[in-house]
Amino acid sequence: MTSSLLFNITTVAYFAAMVVFIVFLTAKNKAIGFFAILVCWVGFIANTGAIGMRWVEAYAMGYEQAPLSNLYESVVFFSWSILLIYLIFDLKYKQRAIGAFVIPFAFGGMIWAQWSLDATIAPLVPALQSNWLTYHVITCFIGYAAFAMACGVSIMYLIKINKEEKSAEGSPIGGILGMFPSSKVLDDLNYKAIMVGFPMLTLGIITGAAWANYAWGTYWSWDPKETWSLIVWFIYAAFLHARFTRGWVGRRVAWLSIFGFAATIFCYLGVNLVLSGLHSYGG
Amino acid sequence: MSKEKSFTDQLWDFFCSLKLAIIILILLATTSIIGTVIEQNKSPQEYMQSYGMSESTYKALDALQVFDMYHSYWFLSLMGLFAVNLICCSIKRLPRIIKIVREPILVADDGLFRTFPNKGEVVTTGTVESVRDKVVALLGNKFATPVVTEEDGKIYLFSQKGALSRFSVYVTHSSILIIFLGAMIGNVWGYKAYVNIVEGQSISEVWSRAGQVPIPIGFELRCDDFEVTYYEGGSRPKDFTSDLVVLENGKEILKKTIEVNDPLSYKGLTFYQSSYGPAGDPVYRFRVKHRKSGETVTVRGAQGKHLKLPGGSDLIPMGYAESYQSFGPAAQVNIDSGDHAHGTPFIVFKNYPQFDEKRGGAYAISLIDVQQSYYTGLQVAKDPGVWVVWLGCLLIVLGSCSAFFFSHRRIWVSIQPLDKGIGVKLGGNAHRNQPAFALYFDELKKEFDDTLSS
Repeated sequence: MTSSLLFNITTVAYFAAMVVFIVFLTAKNKAIGFFAILVCWVGFIANTGAIGMRWVEAYAMGYEQAPLSNLYESVVFFSWSILLIYLIFDLKYKQRAIGAFVIPFAFGGMIWAQWSLDATIAPLVPALQSNWLTYHVITCFIGYAAFAMACGVSIMYLIKINKEEKSAEGSPIGGILGMFPSSKVLDDLNYKAIMVGFPMLTLGIITGAAWANYAWGTYWSWDPKETWSLIVWFIYAAFLHARFTRGWVGRRVAWLSIFGFAATIFCYLGVNLVLSGLHSYGG
Repeated sequence: MSKEKSFTDQLWDFFCSLKLAIIILILLATTSIIGTVIEQNKSPQEYMQSYGMSESTYKALDALQVFDMYHSYWFLSLMGLFAVNLICCSIKRLPRIIKIVREPILVADDGLFRTFPNKGEVVTTGTVESVRDKVVALLGNKFATPVVTEEDGKIYLFSQKGALSRFSVYVTHSSILIIFLGAMIGNVWGYKAYVNIVEGQSISEVWSRAGQVPIPIGFELRCDDFEVTYYEGGSRPKDFTSDLVVLENGKEILKKTIEVNDPLSYKGLTFYQSSYGPAGDPVYRFRVKHRKSGETVTVRGAQGKHLKLPGGSDLIPMGYAESYQSFGPAAQVNIDSGDHAHGTPFIVFKNYPQFDEKRGGAYAISLIDVQQSYYTGLQVAKDPGVWVVWLGCLLIVLGSCSAFFFSHRRIWVSIQPLDKGIGVKLGGNAHRNQPAFALYFDELKKEFDDTLSS
C-alpha cells in the first residue's frame, strides 16, 4: 500500500460521503445517514494511513521529517483535521445532517491537493528543521478545521433561520430543511466548534511565536502570515464577545463565523499565493 | 426611576462596554490588513516605483504612517484603547464576581428559588435532621460537600463547584495586558543586533539593527568554524553550522555548535545562525612541474596574486569551482611569463593531476586545494521581556480553556417540615453552558427522588 493509493481512496471516500449525505437529506432515512458516517470513517482511516505511509516513505528516503513539510502535505492534513473534528462532533452531538456542509471542505482540499499540488517528498530546508514545526502545524490545523466546521454550520443556520421565520409559528418545516437541526442547535454547534478552534488557534499563534523566537530571536515581526493569523484571532474574539451582546446574536454572529473562516483560508493560502513573507516555503 | 447619568458615568460605561470591545476587535482586524498588502519599511523610491505612487500620494500615506503602520500612533492608540477597555471592564465587574465567590448566598428563600432555571421538589417522611443527613451525604457524594445553615427550624444547604472558573475570563484578559507589558519591556531594555565573525576570529561588540551603532557585549565570542552541508546528490542545503566559543578574560567559558533553529544563549544575549559569506580571497595551493628542469614545487597564494615559479614566470590563480562539470574541484589560472603579457587562462584540476601535462606548456600544473575562509552571520537578540510574554501566553491558554470548559455550578436545597412530612426543595444554576448543567441537574433530581423516597 503506497501513500498515493491511500490518498486516492481518501478522496473517493470523501466524495462518496458527500453524495450519500445529500441522499440522506432528501430521503430522510436514518440508515442512509449511518451509511454516510461509515463512509466518512473509511475515508478518515485511509487519510490517516496515507499520512502515516508518507511519513514512512520519507524516512525510507533518508529524511527524518514529519509529513507536514509542504503545501501538499498541509492540505491533506487539513482535510484529515476537518474529518477529525467532524467525527468527534458526530459522536458527541449526533447531528448527522451537518456532514453535508462540512465534508465538502475536506473533499475540496483533497481534490485540489491531488489535482494540482506537487506531491514529491523533498527534504526540509534548515529553517523548517525543528520540532516546533509539528506542534505549530498541528495546533493551527485543528483550529482551522474547527473553523471550517463552524462555517458549514453557520451556512446551515442562515438557511434554516430564514425558513423558520417565514413559516408559521410552531409548524414543522418540511423538505430538505426539515432534516437540518433547529437554528438553536446550529447556533450552539457554531459556538461549540469555535470554542475548540479558538484556543487551538491561540496555541498555534503562540507556538509559531515561540518557534520564531527560537529560530530568529523575534517572537513577533508583523510578517503578513503572522498578521493574518492575528486578524483571524480578532474576528473570533469579536465573535465570542458578540454572543453576549444583544443585537449581535443570531444572524450577525453566523456571518462573523463565515467571515472568520474566509479570513482563515486567506491566512492559510492567500498569504502564500498572493503576498510575500517568511512563510514563502508554503506551509 | 432611572436618574440621568452624568457625562463621566456615560464615559465610564462606554469604556467598560462589550460593544466597544467588539468594535475595537473588528477595527484591529480590518486595519491590520493594510500592512499586509503594502510592504512595510521600504524606501520612498521603492514605494513610488513598485506601487506606481506619485510623490504627493506617497507623502500623504507617509503622513498617515501607513508604511510602518504597526508602530504608527493611530494603531498603537487603538491597541491602547483595547488595553483600557480590558482594564475598565475588569475593574467594573471583578468586585461583584469576588463577592459571589467569597460570600455565596447560603440561604435560598422562596424568592431566590423562583429565579432558578432548574428546580425540583420532593415531599418525604422522617425528621428534618434525618433528611438533612441523607441530602448532605448525597450532595457530598454526587456533587460537592454542602454548607449547612439552620434558621427557624428550616435547614438550608448550599454547595458549589468550579467557583474559580468565574475568574478565567479575567485571567484571559489580564494575560493580554501581560503580553503587552512583556513587549514593552523588550522594546525598552532589549535590542536586536547582528554581527559577522570571520572563522578563527572573535568579536566583543555587535551592531544594532536599528541605528548601526556598535554595542559592547561584555565578553568575547569566537567562531572556530563555519560549515554548510548539503543533502546527498544535490545543492539543497541541509544545515548551516557555526562552532562558537564564549571567552571571558581570554578563558573559554562555553562552547556550542549552533545551527538554524538551535541558537547559543549567554548572559541574556542569544546568537542565531542567520547568514554566511566568504571572508577575504580564497587561498590556493598548486603543485607545479617545471618541464625544463624537471623540478617540482608547491606554491601557495591568494586569488589574483602572482606566485613565483622556477624559470621566472608567475602563476596567477583567477577563480575556482567546487565542482567543475563532473570533474570535481577546479581552478582557473593564468601564466605570466615575465613580460607582463598574460597568456590564455586555463583550467587545472585536483582529481586529475595528469590532465595539465597534455597542454604542453612550460609547466604542468595541478591543484592541491583551495582554502576559502568564511564569516558566519549571526542575529543577536536581547529581550528581557520575553519571559513575561511567555507567561502571558501560558495564562491566555489556561484562561481561555478554563473559560470555555469549566463553569461555576451552584446547588441550593431547603428542607422544612410541612403539615404532612418533610418538604425538600432543590434548585441550581450554572454561570455558563446551561444546557449541559440542565442535563446534569435532571440526573441529580432523579437521585434525590430515589434517595428520599426509599
